[in-house]
Amino acid sequence: MAGEATKALSNDVLWGGGRSPFSISYGKMMMWFFLVSDALTFSGLLVAYGFVRHSTTEAWPIGEEVFRALPFLHGSYPLIYVALMTAILIFSSVTMVLAVEAGHRMDKKGVIKWLFLTVIGGAFFVGSQAWEWSHFIHGGGGYITTTDGAKYWVHTKDHDTHDPVNAEGFHLEKAREGHYLLPDESAHHLDHAAAVKLWNERVDYVDGANMTRNEYGPSQYATFFFFITGFHGFHVFSGVIINLIVLIMVIKGVFHRRGHYEMVEKAGLYWHFVDLVCVFVFTFFYLL
Amino acid sequence: MLRDDIIEYSLDAHHSEEAGRKIRKNIWLVTLLLAVITTVEVALGAYWKEWFPESWGLVKLGYIVLTLEKAGFIVGVFMHLGDERRNVRMIILLPYLLFILYLLFIAIWESNYVHRMLELFQ
Repeated sequence: MAGEATKALSNDVLWGGGRSPFSISYGKMMMWFFLVSDALTFSGLLVAYGFVRHSTTEAWPIGEEVFRALPFLHGSYPLIYVALMTAILIFSSVTMVLAVEAGHRMDKKGVIKWLFLTVIGGAFFVGSQAWEWSHFIHGGGGYITTTDGAKYWVHTKDHDTHDPVNAEGFHLEKAREGHYLLPDESAHHLDHAAAVKLWNERVDYVDGANMTRNEYGPSQYATFFFFITGFHGFHVFSGVIINLIVLIMVIKGVFHRRGHYEMVEKAGLYWHFVDLVCVFVFTFFYLL
Repeated sequence: MLRDDIIEYSLDAHHSEEAGRKIRKNIWLVTLLLAVITTVEVALGAYWKEWFPESWGLVKLGYIVLTLEKAGFIVGVFMHLGDERRNVRMIILLPYLLFILYLLFIAIWESNYVHRMLELFQ
C-alpha cells in the first residue's frame, strides 16, 4: 500500500511536531485502540473457557462430537458446519479488503460491488449461527440417568419431542463411562420393553441445552458456548449494520465527494477483526 | 474545526491501477492460504484422532501454530498492519501481548492448582 506510512522520513521530521508521528489518521488509530481492547475482552472469555476446562475433573465434551450436524442432511459431519461458517466469514473478509483496495483507486462501482458482497456474507453468517444455536438448544434425544448413576442416550425417530417414551422408535443406548456423547460399544442393545422399564426408573432426564444444564457435558460448556459465540455473533451483527450504513453512504457518493474512502477502511478494520475472532473461537472452542 | 489530520494522510493512501493489480493478486494468494489451512484443520480433527489417537496432543499444538499463522495473515495483510510504520505496529501489538501472555501464564498456573485441589477433595 503506497502511502504516507511507506515514506522514509527521519525521526526528526516524524517526531518534530505538526504531524502524526505514526503516519496514521486519528480515526484509524482510535479504531485500532478499540480493537485492542475488544481483543482483550475476547481473550478474557476464551482464557476463562480454558481455565474451566483445564481445572474441571468432569468429562468435557469434544467439539467434533457435539457439532456434527448439517441442515437438511442426516448423518455425521464433524465440524463441517462450523468450518463452513468460518469460511463464509473469511470470504466476506476478502471481499471487504477488495472493497478497501477499490476505494484506494477511487473506484466507486468496485467499492459498491465488494461491500455489497461483504454485507451478504455477514448476513449469511448471522443466519447460520441462528441455525447452529437452534440445533444446539434442541439437541438430540438427551440422556437419562438411572439410580445406579449410569447414563443412557435416548433415541427416537422424531427429534423434537419432550415425551420420547411415547414417540415412535424409542430406544436407549448406554453411554460410555465418563463420557457424555459416545455410546458404550460393549453394552447390550436394549429392546423396547427394557428401555421403557429403565425410563420409568430414571432419576434424571436432560434434553437439549439451556443456561443451567445441557446434554453435552458440564453446565459451563453450554454457558460458555452461549456467551462466546453470542458475543461474537453480536459483533458480526453490528458489523453488518455498520457495513450497510457505509454502503449506503458510498452509493450516495459521500466519500467520493470527500476525496477518499477511509471510512470503508475503518469499517473494514472492524470487519477483519470480527473474522479474526472467529478464527480463534473456531480453534479454541471447537477444535481443541 | 478543520480536521487536517484525516485529509493529509488519507489522500496519500491512494494507489494506481497497476499497483492495485499486484495488491489484488496478493489478497487472493492469502485467501487461498487461509482456505487451505482451515481445510487441513478440519481434516485433522475429523480423521487424525481416529487413526493416531496417541499423537493428538501434538496436533493440538499444531492447531495453535496454524491459528497464529492465520491471525498473522489477517492482521498483517487484510488489516494492513504490515504496511504501517513500525511504531504503529508496536503500540498495537506490544501492550496486547504483555497482557495476554501474563493472563495465559496465570490462568494455566491457577487452573492446574484448582484441578489438583478438586481431585484431592472431591
